[in-house]
Amino acid sequence: MSDNYRKFLRTSQLPHVWCPGCGDGMIVKALLEAIGELNLDQNKIAVVSGIGCSGRTPFILDFNTMHTTHGRALAFATGIKLANPELRVFAIMGDGDASAIGGNHFIHACRRNLDLTALVFNNGIYGLTGGQLAPTTPVGKRSTTSTMGSIEQPFDLVRLALGAGAGFVARTTSFDHKQLTSYIKRAILHKGFSFVDILTSCPTYFGRMNDVAEPYDMVHYLRDTSSPLHDCTCGETDQPKAEVMPTGIFREEERADYEALYKQKIASASGKRSTS
Amino acid sequence: MSKKRLIQGNEACAHAALYAGCNFYAGYPITPSSEVMEILSYEMPKLGRTFIQMEDEIASISAIIGAAWGGAKTLTATSGPGFSLMQEGIGYASITETPCVIVNCQRWGPSTGQPTKGAQGDVMQSIWGTHGDHAIIVVTASTVRDAFDMTVKSFNFAQQYRVPVVLLMDEVLAHMRENIDWPEPGDIDVIDAKRPADVKTYKPFANDEFLPFGQGARYHITGLAHGAEGFAVSDEAAARELTRMVGKVQNHVRDLALHDRYMLDDAELAIISYGITSRPAQSAVDLLRAQGIRAGLLSLKTLWPFPDFLIDEVAERVDTIVVPELNMGQLVREIGRAANGRSQVIPVSRIDGHLLTPAQIADAAVAPFATSAGKTLGKVVRS
Repeated sequence: MSDNYRKFLRTSQLPHVWCPGCGDGMIVKALLEAIGELNLDQNKIAVVSGIGCSGRTPFILDFNTMHTTHGRALAFATGIKLANPELRVFAIMGDGDASAIGGNHFIHACRRNLDLTALVFNNGIYGLTGGQLAPTTPVGKRSTTSTMGSIEQPFDLVRLALGAGAGFVARTTSFDHKQLTSYIKRAILHKGFSFVDILTSCPTYFGRMNDVAEPYDMVHYLRDTSSPLHDCTCGETDQPKAEVMPTGIFREEERADYEALYKQKIASASGKRSTS
Repeated sequence: MSKKRLIQGNEACAHAALYAGCNFYAGYPITPSSEVMEILSYEMPKLGRTFIQMEDEIASISAIIGAAWGGAKTLTATSGPGFSLMQEGIGYASITETPCVIVNCQRWGPSTGQPTKGAQGDVMQSIWGTHGDHAIIVVTASTVRDAFDMTVKSFNFAQQYRVPVVLLMDEVLAHMRENIDWPEPGDIDVIDAKRPADVKTYKPFANDEFLPFGQGARYHITGLAHGAEGFAVSDEAAARELTRMVGKVQNHVRDLALHDRYMLDDAELAIISYGITSRPAQSAVDLLRAQGIRAGLLSLKTLWPFPDFLIDEVAERVDTIVVPELNMGQLVREIGRAANGRSQVIPVSRIDGHLLTPAQIADAAVAPFATSAGKTLGKVVRS
């Protein structure tokens, strides 16, 4: 099983661009292991990304791969999936990609419920542009555009996805490898829109500016700032403690997906009169 | 005998898309283009084709590009504000050589402007709206039947050259009704992209062959500068690829330059127009002929790549070129450049949201001579 992922690597494009200590490679390994364990057809997988460090993922994957524009991965993925429903489509996004510039596409994809899997590589910062503030940067954390600490309330992408109607919503971290692989498998098997928020490490920018520059310390930071679902609820409000991100599966409920509903529409539309 | 139908420009566009085999539409409502999507929302499910209303125009253009790589023939329709939002995606479509069609029913701008008033203010944006040098084809329509034909031809060009094609309509044409001969299947050629003979060795950017995802080859697409296999390149290789992409349309300008001529053979004065303005322009030719002035019309259907050779032919023979436009002078700059001093080029502009009248164009055509060397055109000193 451990080598099950290698056949999916586009070795001509290695080495990848990620920094030492970056969590993205661990996420990719979990993704490929999940795909391998489910015996998905390599030719029928499409991986779409936006712009940023996470956006470089498709380069090294031997599938049908598409590196699109910043924030739009889900909109491109929507077109691919509807044009060829045989394809199993993954949208890989960064946290700024998915929730700042692509926030609109993200919430509408949650609500629309196409059978897609969205993975957000959530490192709380803009890595590829050099460490700027993201909508997910915790309050008080420094970036090159918040050198005195962020004063903005960050997005909780899980709550955003739940509010927007996503059917499968989970969160874990890039270092919880087994859990991550299992969540991605469950996301793939979920019929309808599935979303995994993957907290990951950026020692180069987030770490250096926030006193966790060593990859080892960065992993500990992730451990200390995340907590399984049942540990982090407090009292009546059911709110997580400040700075602690709950992990787990938050929703796993299937409802009719867009393609199924569209097929019904096609069935009921046949025989209707023409508009011309 | 062909059927006659009284229909609107937007209806013609929607039905022509179906005629061309469009099987994926993504869009966002905007005046004055919305009828295109309303009609397709109703017609496409009946045909088992896919229609989706997206959350904005950025999503719409992104979805049609994705759908093209999913194997569909794709369309979106919009107007000025939405077209501005699509520019990012149009650049991506261009660099990824994605066949897709964008209909822009032009309205008075900038910004919200006058949503229900026609204009031709988006010519330059259609050509140069996205950043960087790029390959794109821009065409226009001036009648409802033309809206049908040019929609089909937009799909054909997109498939043949693997580029985004912009069809410029305008609010007047979009909502105008005319009784047209309804094309039967086979009346207008429908062209699909060439498929590679051997899918195993397919390289997505080696030539104009197009193989969508999931059909036997696995490859990469990116908006980064890339080589034949889709992987990033830089420096000289990037320059070489960009030159090839732009050359795809620029080197085929003669194949792409759709146009109509009206009484141009013996003309001493030419009107060069496009889109809705070609209609009053043709009447202006009749008015001028009635005054004894040998006027003619060159109506451009393809605006980009710019057909310099057509302007050359006209500028060699006439003294005066009149360019009426519903903007403050956009295509007249290209025409003036191509005429290169051989003819006097006179812009005629109207920007109040209404069409130019035949008399306004005819008057503008003769006005320069009434005050200079007399009305005999041949004696006017060229500028």
